[in-house]
Amino acid sequence: MAQLPEEVFMKRMILTALVLVAAMGLNAQVIKIATQSPLSGGQSAFGEQLKLGAQYAVEEAQANFKKLGFDLQLTPYDDQANPDTGVSNANRIINDPDIVGVVGHFNSGVAIPSSEVYKTVNLVMVSPANTNPRVTDRLLANVNRICGRDDVQGPAGAAFAVNELKAKKIFVLNDKSAYGQGLAQAFKDAAVKLGASIPDSAFVGTEEKTNFIPIITQVLAFNPELVYFGGTYDQIGPFTKQLRERGVKTPILGGDGLDSGDYINLAGAANATNTYYTTVAGPVSSFPKAAALAKGFKAKFGKDLEGFGIYSYDSAKIILNALEAAIKANGGKKPSRDAVTKAVRSIKYDGLTGLVTFDSKGDIAKADYFILKYDAAGVYANNKVIKSVSVDAPAAPKS
Amino acid sequence: MLLLLPQVLFDGLLLGFVYAMIALGYTMVYGVLELINFAHSEIFMIGSVVGIEVFRSLTGYVPNPYILLVVAVILGGLISGLTAVGVERLAYRPLRKRGTKNRLVPLITAFGVSFVLQDLVKLLEGLWHNEFFLSMKNVGELEQSVTLFGIFIQYKSFILIGVSLVMLGALTWLVGRTRLGLAIRSVAQDPSTAGLMGIDPEKIISRTFLIGGALGGVAGVLFALQYTTVSPYVGFLPGIKAFTAAVLGGIGNIPGAVVGGLVLGEIETLAGTFLPVLTGGAFGTEYKDVLAFLILILLLLFRPQGLLGQIVKEKV
Repeated sequence: MAQLPEEVFMKRMILTALVLVAAMGLNAQVIKIATQSPLSGGQSAFGEQLKLGAQYAVEEAQANFKKLGFDLQLTPYDDQANPDTGVSNANRIINDPDIVGVVGHFNSGVAIPSSEVYKTVNLVMVSPANTNPRVTDRLLANVNRICGRDDVQGPAGAAFAVNELKAKKIFVLNDKSAYGQGLAQAFKDAAVKLGASIPDSAFVGTEEKTNFIPIITQVLAFNPELVYFGGTYDQIGPFTKQLRERGVKTPILGGDGLDSGDYINLAGAANATNTYYTTVAGPVSSFPKAAALAKGFKAKFGKDLEGFGIYSYDSAKIILNALEAAIKANGGKKPSRDAVTKAVRSIKYDGLTGLVTFDSKGDIAKADYFILKYDAAGVYANNKVIKSVSVDAPAAPKS
Repeated sequence: MLLLLPQVLFDGLLLGFVYAMIALGYTMVYGVLELINFAHSEIFMIGSVVGIEVFRSLTGYVPNPYILLVVAVILGGLISGLTAVGVERLAYRPLRKRGTKNRLVPLITAFGVSFVLQDLVKLLEGLWHNEFFLSMKNVGELEQSVTLFGIFIQYKSFILIGVSLVMLGALTWLVGRTRLGLAIRSVAQDPSTAGLMGIDPEKIISRTFLIGGALGGVAGVLFALQYTTVSPYVGFLPGIKAFTAAVLGGIGNIPGAVVGGLVLGEIETLAGTFLPVLTGGAFGTEYKDVLAFLILILLLLFRPQGLLGQIVKEKV
């Protein structure tokens, strides 16, 4: 039978309501920034800083993007410091069309294979923390970093070790990862050029995480003036503890992998004091512009802001600024990933960490390197900056 | 460098005792079930985590580290032993009841249990303390040291050797001189005939898991005390090495497990210390594991029954 007027009216009302709701949904387009970092496992302290720094920047910018008609979101991923996990996450990331940029990774060994996946769709990656030269030496258009490189960090450490710590005999350890071994090799080559003595038997690689006694015995036999360890705090911490328990007072020098409050937890406050480290992410105290961020960070997340959190914040801001420019260039519509990638590479951004421009391979044109010493009282925030230098990015390798 | 040899030999002894106690768990279970209980490495890990938590949580109530150590050893052994019994009931017994003849099935189950235990502990520690690496603290006097004959020995090392010897002695007495030990040996030899003699094989199997698990747990506590840092995945490598040690000594053979553990601990420490120096850096410290496994392969090629094992001829 024919429909009653009331039924027709109800149907038309429901249809109109549905169209309005759909229109509202369509109006607020979703744009996402992804992060990939180790959120579980031994290096989660770093991974959390990376995620939270980006999260702060994204949440700060949400109101602005809402005005442009976009619902800005952060999607964090846990790469577990494992290349396989990073790559499988990367495949999920590239298949989510709303993701226009990635802040990550923390580990160079994970960043390198994952960025190959991002490259297939020209998805931009801005790294706050990857230091291995190969990350950008591959000359990919979508890979950028705002921190320094190990082929500068290593020699900076070597210069400090030989010239300032006056160390002639150095025992060099590495953790056999892309990062640790690369950094230790760069250190060794530079130190030997400056006159230090590092025979092949004193260049030791190990993945050992608990029983360092055989290595410590070697250190005792070699009797060095300095121990250099290219690795991360989850390994160097227990190593330091066992070294000091044996009564070895030799100072320890490491790279940015040592830069974490958790190092003091694992080594013990008293044991951590004679440890120096170079880093590409300066402490909060070196960046006066970051004071406001530090306060807001602590209030929002209940954790102290550390160096990599600031760099992650800046990385996210760079992607967001490039995104905004790309949206405007696209007449207010969602831009393509290519557009965002191009906009990031050509950006000029004055961030909390300084002025950021990228060279032709994605390295920051001028990076800062810091040398710090662990605080005598075991308070991480009071680690003293001994020296900081600004160095131009090395040139692209001759292919 | 050679002047350090006594020190290296002593350090190898410490590691060797840890491996020996873990190896006993593998060998005893293999003896009664012909099953390689790969979850045993996680039983060891649970013991080490219990050890750290005892020292962390009870130090407010009991400031004396020696008493804390006794509590840790007892609790570690108990919790690990009970976990092992639980694993046997939940994972291996149902497979036996089903009559699975294929020995790969319980083996793969053991791997699965291993993964479950690792991630369970990781979850628990993550929720409770938000930590992945656990650091042994509050041991006070136990970390102090003396130097005897040029060898640096910490109090906790004396304790490790002492407790290990006591546990090994107790086990030898248990297996050799008690009715329970007799029952275990008979079930290991022939379960159905043992059943005819009035022994309940299932009960004995449970008890074997309890004893083996307890030994692994105590090894874990001592390991955590000696090497200070553990994580949920710390059991994996010592577990494989201890299994290697059990095979080295003759799988199923209890003194063999001890001999295998000590030998492997010494080889690993000697190789780890001297390989770089002896080979001019060509072979680094990490090759110590390769050397240990190489020796196992060579031994199995030329003496498959292990150092102390006997070839059992099957009569048809």
